[in-house]
Amino acid sequence: MILHPGIIALLLTAVLVLGMVLVGAYAGAIVLARWDLDSSSEGQLALERKTYLLSTLMGHALALEILSALVLLYTLDDIHPVFVGAMCATGTLNANPVGWWALGVKILALFCCAIWIALNRIDQRAEDYPLTRLKYGLLLLLAPLLALETWLVFRFFLGLDPNVITSCCGALFSGSGAGVAAEVAGLPALPLMLAFFGGAALYLTAGVLALRLAQPWLRYLVAALALAMLGIALASVIAFISPYHYELPTHHCPFDLLQADYRYIGYPMYLALFGAVFYGLLVGIAEPLRRIPSIQGPIAAAQPRWTLLSMLLLALFITIAAWPMVFSDFTLQGYY
Amino acid sequence: MASGRLGKHLKILEFALSSMLRRRMKNAGLVIVFGAVVFLLSSIVFLTSALRAEALAVLEGAPQLLVQRAMAGRHALIPLRYGETIARLPGVGAVTPRYWGYYYDIYTGANYTLLGIGDARLQAPGATALRLVEGAFIAPRQRGVCVIGAGVARIRGARIGGIVSLRDARGWMQEYEVIGLFESPSRLLTNDLILLAEADLKALFGMPDDGATDLMIEVYNPREVANISRKILERLPDARPIGHAEILRTYETLFNWRGGLLLAMFLGAVAAFMILAWDKATGLSADERREIGILKAIGWETADILALKFWEGAALALVAFLAGVTAGYAHVFYFGAELLAPILKGWSVLFPAIDLEPRIEPYTLTVLFLFTIVPYIVATIVPSWQAAITDPDRVMRSV
Repeated sequence: MILHPGIIALLLTAVLVLGMVLVGAYAGAIVLARWDLDSSSEGQLALERKTYLLSTLMGHALALEILSALVLLYTLDDIHPVFVGAMCATGTLNANPVGWWALGVKILALFCCAIWIALNRIDQRAEDYPLTRLKYGLLLLLAPLLALETWLVFRFFLGLDPNVITSCCGALFSGSGAGVAAEVAGLPALPLMLAFFGGAALYLTAGVLALRLAQPWLRYLVAALALAMLGIALASVIAFISPYHYELPTHHCPFDLLQADYRYIGYPMYLALFGAVFYGLLVGIAEPLRRIPSIQGPIAAAQPRWTLLSMLLLALFITIAAWPMVFSDFTLQGYY
Repeated sequence: MASGRLGKHLKILEFALSSMLRRRMKNAGLVIVFGAVVFLLSSIVFLTSALRAEALAVLEGAPQLLVQRAMAGRHALIPLRYGETIARLPGVGAVTPRYWGYYYDIYTGANYTLLGIGDARLQAPGATALRLVEGAFIAPRQRGVCVIGAGVARIRGARIGGIVSLRDARGWMQEYEVIGLFESPSRLLTNDLILLAEADLKALFGMPDDGATDLMIEVYNPREVANISRKILERLPDARPIGHAEILRTYETLFNWRGGLLLAMFLGAVAAFMILAWDKATGLSADERREIGILKAIGWETADILALKFWEGAALALVAFLAGVTAGYAHVFYFGAELLAPILKGWSVLFPAIDLEPRIEPYTLTVLFLFTIVPYIVATIVPSWQAAITDPDRVMRSV
């Protein structure tokens, strides 16, 4: 393991978040088992009070998840010099491949926490706690996911071995095959460019239509397209957005964008992308809940807001991504 | 709607601040303890990152590849003919032998680093990155003179024109006239340095004519360092090539490890503080309990009280964090980190009085935030909630 301040902070945060979510899940399980809105017993009153604790816990847990995701990305990049052949976060992740799983599960957990918070917000607008069972059921699923994340993060950081000079010879030959594959193979640029810009245009069109026509199927379409855009956008970052930012046709790494050399442009870019996908998903996820009368109003009011936010964030992502394509002299044309 | 919500939170914040000011003593105690924890942790983080930057700056000018010879697992003098073998490898530029060593001075109890510089390198302009501040550099074929670092000058009370005497391998005293004093962009590099002519150094240490301390290898393409090291090892199995990147990596790991170890030790302090914060937040006085009861009776909701508690905690944590970080910054960058330096720098009589370059990064602050404010807030969630669900009727009846 590497005793890096950032790593210790991340491990500490992971434990705290897991602790909060476990406490939340435990309280949630009790609520789930005994909830009876029609009862006016003292027990039911106590349960209703418990919901405040749960909201607070989960709100804090989500804030910490977002913060620690950013710190994780920066730390991965910051510690790369201690691995042979590593040039950015990719090299660090390759140094102990379980890191890829940790990163993936972390992003998934981030989305799940955010969706939970959004459901909770909606639920709090209503007088009769309509989503209680759904929420606390989800919380029971969220807890194992976060436990998995914590376990993976620990496995990853504890399993990292720095390559340092040994006393027999230089560290050179200490056998590190893992750090070599630092470059992610590129995908063909042109088809992806078409998919990316076409998909984005389709998404924005669907968003505008959903705002104008207020048809349920359009809102489901927005959510489905948001999910598709996540995949397309991430593939595009690797295939052509990164090379444009680096102005180097052979350089495809999605993590170098997070480095100071590229003005940390990756942080706003990825935040915008994940924000856009989250709000887009939310539009579709909330749609079936409109059948519940007491929260129909708040959802109907929030959906256009989410749609608009998602479109704006996606537009921001595209602006950042396409900026060097439009304004720099570099072109990938010869590599199509 | 949003501005309405914001306005409400601002009002709650205002109320929180005024109610905290009313309970000055209780909160001041927490701020002091919290601030002390932040001070400790921030000093560690600032000092480690500054020392790391300093060490890496020093190594910027280091050669691409160094070759030592290991005998019985220990460092031994490397024969000069090794250099000829290495120079024949394709991709290798100049091979320069280096002569240097350590000298323990019994009069001052300090260790000096002695470096010999050959006539060939003296003739090449700009051959060394060390900057003279005063006096002259050693001229080719000049003997019996030396250039010394600021630390050596201070501890020996030597000035230009003075004499530095060193005991040679046979036990005889050799005298060298000081003709220059060093100042380098990084004082870590030259503080304990005495620069002699190569011939003088060999005579002083009694080194054989055909051996050098190590060999500096110029590699035209830095990416070939690993390859060339492999080839050197094939031809000279007892050689020990050390690449520039490896030295950087080792330093990086070393400073991470030192700072991380200290932080891990002080996690205990964070845990103790969490318990204190929990305890303080749980043990509400009758006064506070009544206040919450009255607030709820006049129409505050549970969520409002939770917001109030959150803002109280945030204000307190922010004050303590800023105070602690400022104190830690001053401690490291203006007072030379006197409390921590012995642990983090290593141990030596002749410490360079380093003026660390003040640096503060958003990342460092975020890590400190995770270490201090986050545990505090987490520790106070449950107590805040317990306070917020206080039943107004019961509270006011009991007092």
